[in-house]
Amino acid sequence: MSVNHRKSPNLPPPASEVGIVVWIKKNLFSTYANSVMSLAAMGLILLLLPPLLDWAFFSATWSGTTRADCNEEGACWIFIANRMDQIMYGFYPAELHWRPNLTGLLLIALMIPLFIKAFKYKNWLGAFILLIYPFVAYFLIHGGSFGLEVVSTNKWGGLMLTLILSAVGIVASLPLGILLALGRRSKMPMFRSVCIVYIEFWRGIPLITVLFMASVMLPLFFPEGSNFDKLLRALIGITMFQSAYMAEVVRGGLQAIPKGQYEASEALGLNYPKSMGLIILPQALKLVIPGIVNTFIALFKDTTLVLIIGLFDLLAIINLALTDSEWLGFDDEGYVFAAFVFWVFCFAMSRYSIALEAKLHTGHKR
Amino acid sequence: MSAEHIIELKGVHKWYGDFHVLKDINITVQKGERIVICGPSGSGKSTTIRCINRLEEHQQGQIIVDGTELTGDLKHIEQIRKEVGMVFQHFNLFPHLTILENLSLAPIWVKNVAKAEAESIAMKYLERVKIPEQANKFPGQLSGGQQQRVAIARSLCMNPKVMLFDEPTSALDPEMISEVLDVMVELAEDGMTMICVTHEMGFAKKVANRVIFMDEGEIVEENEPNEFFNNPQNERTQLFLSQIIQH
Repeated sequence: MSVNHRKSPNLPPPASEVGIVVWIKKNLFSTYANSVMSLAAMGLILLLLPPLLDWAFFSATWSGTTRADCNEEGACWIFIANRMDQIMYGFYPAELHWRPNLTGLLLIALMIPLFIKAFKYKNWLGAFILLIYPFVAYFLIHGGSFGLEVVSTNKWGGLMLTLILSAVGIVASLPLGILLALGRRSKMPMFRSVCIVYIEFWRGIPLITVLFMASVMLPLFFPEGSNFDKLLRALIGITMFQSAYMAEVVRGGLQAIPKGQYEASEALGLNYPKSMGLIILPQALKLVIPGIVNTFIALFKDTTLVLIIGLFDLLAIINLALTDSEWLGFDDEGYVFAAFVFWVFCFAMSRYSIALEAKLHTGHKR
Repeated sequence: MSAEHIIELKGVHKWYGDFHVLKDINITVQKGERIVICGPSGSGKSTTIRCINRLEEHQQGQIIVDGTELTGDLKHIEQIRKEVGMVFQHFNLFPHLTILENLSLAPIWVKNVAKAEAESIAMKYLERVKIPEQANKFPGQLSGGQQQRVAIARSLCMNPKVMLFDEPTSALDPEMISEVLDVMVELAEDGMTMICVTHEMGFAKKVANRVIFMDEGEIVEENEPNEFFNNPQNERTQLFLSQIIQH
């Protein structure tokens, strides 16, 4: 028989070897295979990074005004600087640039309190941004009232247009996608069928087709002479298309919620909208944040397709600049810059999604 | 006197497809009565109590709760769910909400109670189940026994006339069963009408007014606990009791 009457004390862990050399040994060269992979990765970095950095930064031309100022060694960013106005605003009249600027600043100013913990009226502010701000933005950018000169949508372009397309696409496709996902799981057969047909239809055709149809076919269905804005058509097309994808992402989240959650909210007397809005959707959406952000990122990049229907988004404006006879042959600079801008926005979305997941984590395992 | 009958099941039948899961169930529960339903798994005991708040639909017969008959009418269903609390085997707390939010959610959104008042009600019941200090934690941070006590408190916050328990201790580690049963015993002593599906025979002996034994979708035997345990009449009851008491 053995009885332990003493309580074992908690000992500190053994003083492990620390220091950078030990870390490298442990992590980079722990096994034969690991050493090979580490060396190969380092080799690749050494091979690719220096020439790229040299081209983009060290040998690049940063100041000057004309083509003659460019040196032959590296990138010539003067080209981008010269075109900056168009890249940002498209053909929006230069003397009115303050209007989109103000719209953007207003949005940033409105969003700052959302990131302040102590701010109490987040819901109200969020609702304001989603429901009221779009109209403010439209009146500011488009004009036409309060004495503001009208700037028609065919003059909108560049990064401004890209951001408008993706912001509207994102804000409209998420709620529509949620409704479609709920509809697809509905107990009402006719409603469910409508949702399934909608989702499968839009998911089954390429976005290019949607945009072509929106710009070429749609006007045929409207009476002669009625001018249905091209940008609006593209926005509707993108929203319809992306909401189908969003619906399937959200449905994945809904399916992962245990039946007990539905039963518990029913048993407490919550009706369908309340049970969905308060119990099921908050959990389901949180589960599929990576999928939702994935769709947002795809949407953001897909907005470049509007160039085929004659809208000049960021990429289309750069394409246009490349045909300028003054600046022929600066494709590298143009496309690298466009890629960089897209990457910055997409990476920001990706980081935000990770931060959001961490913030909403409540320590429950499933 | 039907005013005294808070729950009446009259000739209730239910099928899953062709499978006849409930066969002619008749149960009458008086105000303040504590009923324990037991039986082997698949006997229909959970299905029976889940019919009482319409988590399952019955296809024949009548279910009347506090004078309101359960039909497809949503108004009736909502009315009944307000008065019937339910505790589940797997707790089913809302993992994205704090304990306090779990408790105050239904009073706020179903009964339109002001937030501050709902929270003070919630704290009252958390104290009653002896875990007020957990109010601001999330369910995932609590032990199983604590979670189940929160689930009981959550139902009580709606001030129900009847409490349904669907195997409340079956998913718990052994050392946590008694803390949940203690809360249920206290509740019984306070006069709450309870219908409890459970295998805790000690609890049944201690608090039940009546024990109902179900097998294969029908009620086999119904008696007061002393008689039920010491002098079971039906062979199936005898077999069941001998099997669970053996160890």
